[in-house]
Amino acid sequence: MTQIISLFQAAVVFGTVILFGAVGEILTEKAGNLNLGVPGIMYLGGIASLIGVFFYEMNNPNPIPAVCLLIALVCALVAAAIGGLIFSFLTITLRTNQNVTGLALNIFAGGFANFFGGSLNKLAGGVGQISVATTSAAVRKTIMGSNNWAGPFDDMLLSYGFMVYLAIICAIGIKWFINRTSIGLNLRAVGENPATADAAGINVTKYKYLATCIGGAISGLGGLYYVMDYMKGTWDSAGAIEGLGWLALALVIFASWKPLRAIWGAYLFGALSWAYFYIPGLTRRSMELFKMLPYVATLIVLVVVAMQRSRENQPPAGLGLPYFREER
Amino acid sequence: METKNAVRMVDITKTFGPVVANNKVSLTIDKGEILSLLGENGSGKTTLMNMLSGIYLPDSGQIYVNGEKVTIASPRDAFALHIGMIHQHFKLVDVLTAAENIVLGLNESPLVDLKNVRADVKDICDRYGFVVEPDKKVYDMSVSEKQTLEIVKVLYRGADILILDEPTAVLTPQETDKLFAVMRNMQADGKAIVIITHKLHEVMAISDRVAVLRKGEYIGDVPTSETSPQKLTDMMVGKATALNIDRPEPENLTERLVVKDLTVVDSDGVKRLDNVSFTAYGGEILGIAGISGSGQKELLEAIAGLQRIEAGGSIVYTPREGDGEAEELVGKSPMDIKKKGVRLAFVPEDRLGMGLVGNMNIPDNMMLKSYDAGRSVFTDRKTPRDLGASIIEQLEVVTPGLSTPVRRLSGGNVQKVLVGREIAAHPSLLMTAYAVRGLDINTSYTIYHLLNEQKQLGTAVIYVGEDLDVLLELCDRILVLCAGKVSGVVNGRETKKEEVGLLMTHLKEEAQA
Repeated sequence: MTQIISLFQAAVVFGTVILFGAVGEILTEKAGNLNLGVPGIMYLGGIASLIGVFFYEMNNPNPIPAVCLLIALVCALVAAAIGGLIFSFLTITLRTNQNVTGLALNIFAGGFANFFGGSLNKLAGGVGQISVATTSAAVRKTIMGSNNWAGPFDDMLLSYGFMVYLAIICAIGIKWFINRTSIGLNLRAVGENPATADAAGINVTKYKYLATCIGGAISGLGGLYYVMDYMKGTWDSAGAIEGLGWLALALVIFASWKPLRAIWGAYLFGALSWAYFYIPGLTRRSMELFKMLPYVATLIVLVVVAMQRSRENQPPAGLGLPYFREER
Repeated sequence: METKNAVRMVDITKTFGPVVANNKVSLTIDKGEILSLLGENGSGKTTLMNMLSGIYLPDSGQIYVNGEKVTIASPRDAFALHIGMIHQHFKLVDVLTAAENIVLGLNESPLVDLKNVRADVKDICDRYGFVVEPDKKVYDMSVSEKQTLEIVKVLYRGADILILDEPTAVLTPQETDKLFAVMRNMQADGKAIVIITHKLHEVMAISDRVAVLRKGEYIGDVPTSETSPQKLTDMMVGKATALNIDRPEPENLTERLVVKDLTVVDSDGVKRLDNVSFTAYGGEILGIAGISGSGQKELLEAIAGLQRIEAGGSIVYTPREGDGEAEELVGKSPMDIKKKGVRLAFVPEDRLGMGLVGNMNIPDNMMLKSYDAGRSVFTDRKTPRDLGASIIEQLEVVTPGLSTPVRRLSGGNVQKVLVGREIAAHPSLLMTAYAVRGLDINTSYTIYHLLNEQKQLGTAVIYVGEDLDVLLELCDRILVLCAGKVSGVVNGRETKKEEVGLLMTHLKEEAQA
């Protein structure tokens, strides 16, 4: 039982990172922009929040947790939105190839983040590892406390920091937005058939820009959560964020562009990613086989969806295609 | 001030590069009338209406709506003036429902409120006799349902002036009747309706007045009750103009291609070719005329092995004497056809799509036809390079050099490269689709000359064209297609433009029926 609870908790924490990434990317892709730069954008969100709070904590002997949180959130959102803006400018205004641009953004952002991550480690001196303890603690503080009224469910459902619930709220909010609001309807039209949206008087360029920047900002929160909760406020230059970013992209496909499916999909991916830890008798070598489970699950979903031929589970029809009003 | 005119367009001119699509066209649309806008392909009908619906801006001229001078810069402006256009290619989002498509872009309320939309749509439907299921997804709809939805969408936005661009092109006769009934209901409601078409019997059936365009010029308008299909055809095609294209007498005619009972059905189950039979002879140019989309593309592609042919059809190719056996082409892929030694050359309509690869240079494009030649594992690059160089020289292709990607060449030079390559293979059968479309006069004459040369060499040339004047002067015989059927084969030397025009619009058969 403890094993199951522990796996569940690990899955939720892991899943929250990629859920942010995936929900942001769903919003972006609904506008027809295939931003493969999610790993890079998560890098930007992570490093920006770390830089922001590092200087605040370093210069204040008694940092206030609420201020720490605010700085971390604002830094992550702004940096990640700028990542989305770079992607938007290149692909929408300059009409570069979206795949190439996304990959380039990853290379740029990965280098940028690891460069400054390394510098921070140097600045922090000591053993060469920085720590923003107050912020990390604030992010990880369980909002419900530990009152044990729900027995084991208390540990499973209430033992996380606020960002776990924020990710779920984001997913539900995005679903509501794209399915229920007029602006969401217009957004879907832009992603499906930009020429039709244009003829209906929708400003395609504006929608694509905003969706990509806001989507980027949400994805960036995944980087923030990874650094502050998963890594407990330290920087790791091993490139783990990048792997999680790719998993977030896989999750978008796994969820068939549906935010609610992304919620349980994220936790499933988390459980599959951590499964090797809980299966007894694995060698270091066979562990690696189990680590590929989330990707195998994505492949299976792709095959099943392709065989169903359902129109509801398809990517937006205009995904990845540049749009410009043609003269004849 | 109340006026009879819903719309008045005065001296409208619109050019696309060197092409004049509309030249000083003036047109009025009255309230409560159905106006047919008639003309051949490329006569500028759709361009003119696109300026009314905010897709294009006129270069010069004025537009008055309800007596007031207006500028229509976007579809949004057109909606505001109560002008709605139903395009030939539907502007609908497949994965959304009918109701969602109707409210798209309107932002009437922050939350999508489909309850009111359903009621309003039902209102519109009841008033004019439509049937629209508000919650049906567009991808589940038939073509006719989609069109109905487009009309309801425009009416929902309050349109009083409706423009329908070739609405019947995709409809069955029954669906067309239904559409016409709805149009009459809208007319009775005081709406002005423009229907763009080139089907004469529809013009006669539905409209109150006909306005005719030809090659971007406004020819005139007549009340439908005072005209006849014959008179309208004359207005549409005009008098023959002399072009002085050479036409050598055909010599040594030999049967080259015998097509029998060819039927092609597209992925929507629509018959694109219906029991087409004809014979093409070596030593002559066979012209193929028809309104665009009458099956020309499918016919050429079927012969080239690019279309699935329904059972019962047959295409027998007989090579020149001493060049092998007669071959049945049906059921063979382009590669099979090539391997059987069939000397078939094809200049497709889509030059930089099907014909050449835009990003590759001239030698590489030459090599597309010969990359598998020779025995070595390495490709032979020298022969295509030499061929490219000789084409540049002989056809006077203007290019910075052999290594320039062909997409950077002008349209005429692209076509020279393509035709040069196809002719270099010494074809026995040469098929060209719209070979001179978009080319200047000189290049056009170069192409005519090349085709005549091939004809004199004993090649069977099939020339699909859109300009009747050219067809009449270049071709020995002209096969006319109408809606996928052969409506007649005429002698190019004896026929009149009017005769071909009538065959194109299928009038003969209708007159008989």
